[in-house]
Amino acid sequence: MIRELTYSQALREALTEEMERDANIILMGEDIGVYGGVFKVTDGLMAKFGEQRVIETPISESGFVGAAVGLAMCGKRPMAELMFMDFAWVAADQIFNQATKMRQMSGGQVSVPMVIRTQQGGGRGNAAQHSQCLEAHFAHIPGIKIALPATPHDAKGLLKQAFREQDPVVVIEHKLLYNTKGDVPENLAPIPFGVAEIKRSGSDVTIISYSRTLLHALEAADSLAKSGISAEVIDLRTIMPLDMETVVKSVRKTNRAVVAHEAHRNAGFGAELAARITEQCFGWLDAPVERVAALDVPIAYSQPLEAHTLPSPEKIIAAAKKVMYKN
Amino acid sequence: MHLAREFERRCEALFQQGLVRGSLHMCIGQEATAAGAALALRDDDLLITNYRGHGHALAKGISPRAAMAEMLGKVTGCCKGKGGSMHWTDVSKGILPANAIVGGGFPTIVGATLAAKMDKLDRVGVLFFGDGATNQGTAHEAMNLAAIWKVPSIFICENNLYSEMTPISKTTPNKDLAERALAYRIPAVIVDGNDVEAMNDAVCNAVQRGRRGDGPTFIEAKTYRTVGHMIGDSQIYRPKDEVELWRTERDPITLCASKLLTRGVTAAELSAIEHDVTAILDDAVQFAKESPYPELDEVFEDVYGK
Ligand SMILES: Cc1ncc(C[n+]2csc(CCOP(=O)(O)OP(=O)(O)O)c2C)c(N)n1
Ligand SMILES: [Mg+2]
Repeated sequence: MIRELTYSQALREALTEEMERDANIILMGEDIGVYGGVFKVTDGLMAKFGEQRVIETPISESGFVGAAVGLAMCGKRPMAELMFMDFAWVAADQIFNQATKMRQMSGGQVSVPMVIRTQQGGGRGNAAQHSQCLEAHFAHIPGIKIALPATPHDAKGLLKQAFREQDPVVVIEHKLLYNTKGDVPENLAPIPFGVAEIKRSGSDVTIISYSRTLLHALEAADSLAKSGISAEVIDLRTIMPLDMETVVKSVRKTNRAVVAHEAHRNAGFGAELAARITEQCFGWLDAPVERVAALDVPIAYSQPLEAHTLPSPEKIIAAAKKVMYKN
Repeated sequence: MHLAREFERRCEALFQQGLVRGSLHMCIGQEATAAGAALALRDDDLLITNYRGHGHALAKGISPRAAMAEMLGKVTGCCKGKGGSMHWTDVSKGILPANAIVGGGFPTIVGATLAAKMDKLDRVGVLFFGDGATNQGTAHEAMNLAAIWKVPSIFICENNLYSEMTPISKTTPNKDLAERALAYRIPAVIVDGNDVEAMNDAVCNAVQRGRRGDGPTFIEAKTYRTVGHMIGDSQIYRPKDEVELWRTERDPITLCASKLLTRGVTAAELSAIEHDVTAILDDAVQFAKESPYPELDEVFEDVYGK
C-alpha cells in the first residue's frame, strides 16, 4: 500500500519501529524528549519509550556523543542527535578520534554501532554557523558510514538500516526536507547502504547528487528535457559506502557527468566523485566533469546572498549544458 | 607494581634498540595508583586509561605477552599490533581501548557505565587521567553527565603535578583537583597516590558506592612520575632535587616493601616476586620478539565490521 508521509514523519516511523524491534536502542540529544526535538522528529517518542530510552541531554555535544561511544562499546545501540551538523565540530574529537577509531585501535575487540542523526544545509537564513554541509569531513575519515536521504522513503529506509550496521553511521538530513512529502510503503524494509538509485534515466548527461540537491537535479532534468537534453539522475543515498558501479555504468553510457551537492566546492565530495569518474571513465568522457556546489564562502544570512552562494536547479542546468557544449 | 615498573624498563631498552616506536610514556613512580585500584576491581569492571596506562592495564590483568607483543607491533599483540603503547585493550579483562587524546576518555566511561546501569549490572568503570586532563572541556561535560545520570564511574585523577612539561601552578588555579568534582556534586577524596593501601581503600569505597547505585566518585591521587613525560624528555622544567625526593623517599614500591617487611613478609618473599617478574618479562620479550609482524593485508581488517 502506498502512503504519503513527510520526511520527518518517515524518520519518526523508522525510529519507532527500530526502538520497538531493539530494546538496546537509546536516543540522546538536546530537547528531544518532551519537546520532541527542534525539528519535531522525535515527537512523542519519550512518551512512548520513557525517559530511560529517550534521554534529554545537557548542551554537551562532546559529552553525549562520547557517552554514545561508551554505550555502543558496551552493547547498546545509541543514537546521538546533533541538532545542527555544524555542532559536529564541537563533538569532533568524540566522532573522529574516538568513535571511528575504536574498532581498529583495539584490533577488532570492540565495535561502536552508534548512529549520529543530524541535519544540515542552508536556504533558511540560518547564516554561517547553522547552514554548513559537512559530509566531506566525515567521508575523509575511515571508520564511519554516511547516509544522506533525499526523500521520505529513503529517510525511513536508510535510518532503519543505520540501526543495523556494526559501525558508526551518520545520517545526515536536510533542514528543508523535513516537510517534503513522498510515498512510503507501510512495511518498508531497511535500505542497504552503498546502493545508489537511478531516479530518472537519460542518455546525454549523468547528474550525480544526493540529499536536497537531488531535488534540484530532478528539477533541472525536467527543464533540460524541454530543451532536448536527456539527463540521467543518480541519487547516491550513501556516500560511504559509495556505489561507484552505478555511476560508472551511467557515465560510460552518457559520456558526460555533472556532480551536484550543497557543500562547498573546494575539496567537497564532488571533487572525490570527479576524480573517481576521471579515473574510471576517462576514455568515455566527452567533457571534463562539472561540479555544482556552494561557493567557497561562509553562508551569508541575507537572502539574496545566501541564494547566490548555494546551488540551484539553474546552476545544474548550466553545468549540464556546459558539458554538452551548449548554451 | 614491580611488574609495571620492570615492564616499562624493558620497553625503554627496547625503545633504545629501535624495536619500540612512537612515543613511550612511562608511569614509573606512579605504580601504586594502578595496583591499589585494580585490587578493588573485578574482571568485569571496566577500565579506560590513557597513554600512560601500562601500569593500569597490567594491574587489571592484561597479558604481559600480549602487551609486550603490542609494544613491538606484532600480530600477537593485544591489539594485533595496530594500537601500540597508547591503546592497549583487553575486553576479556574489562579493559576498553586506552586513549591518547588528553581528556578523550571522559565521555566514554560515562557511556560505558550508563550501559551497565541500564543493564542493571553492578559493574563499575574506572577512568584514569592526569591533572592536565581536568582542564579539558570533556572532563567537565562528563562529570556533569555522570552526576545527573548517577552512573558508577570512578574518576581517578593522577595528579603528578605536571602536564607534559608544564607545572600545575601555571595551568590550574586549584591545588586540589578534587574541588573540581565537588562543583558537580560528585563526592571527591584526596589520597596519597604513592600509598597502595590508601589507594585501595579509596577505590574500594568508590566501588561500593558505584555497585550500590550511589553514582560516581572522584579520587585525586597525589603522585609523581620520576621519569620524563616521554623518552627523551630533558626535564629542564623541574628541579632535580624534587625528582630525587620522590624517587628515593616517596617511591611507591619501596614504601610498600618496607611496610610489608614490618608486617611480617620476609625479604625472601619479596625477592621471589622480583624473580617471578623477571621470568614473566623474559618470556614476554622473547614471545614478542619471536612473533611475526601482521600481514600487510591486515591493514584493511577491523576498520569496518564484517
Ligand atoms: C587533546 C590533546 N592535547 C594534547 C596532547 C599532548 N599531550 C599528551 S600528554 C599531555 C599532558 C597531559 O598531562 P596530564 O593530564 O597531567 O597527564 P600526565 O601525562 O601527567 O599523566 C599532553 C599535553 C594530547 N595527547 N591530546
Ligand atoms: Mg600530570
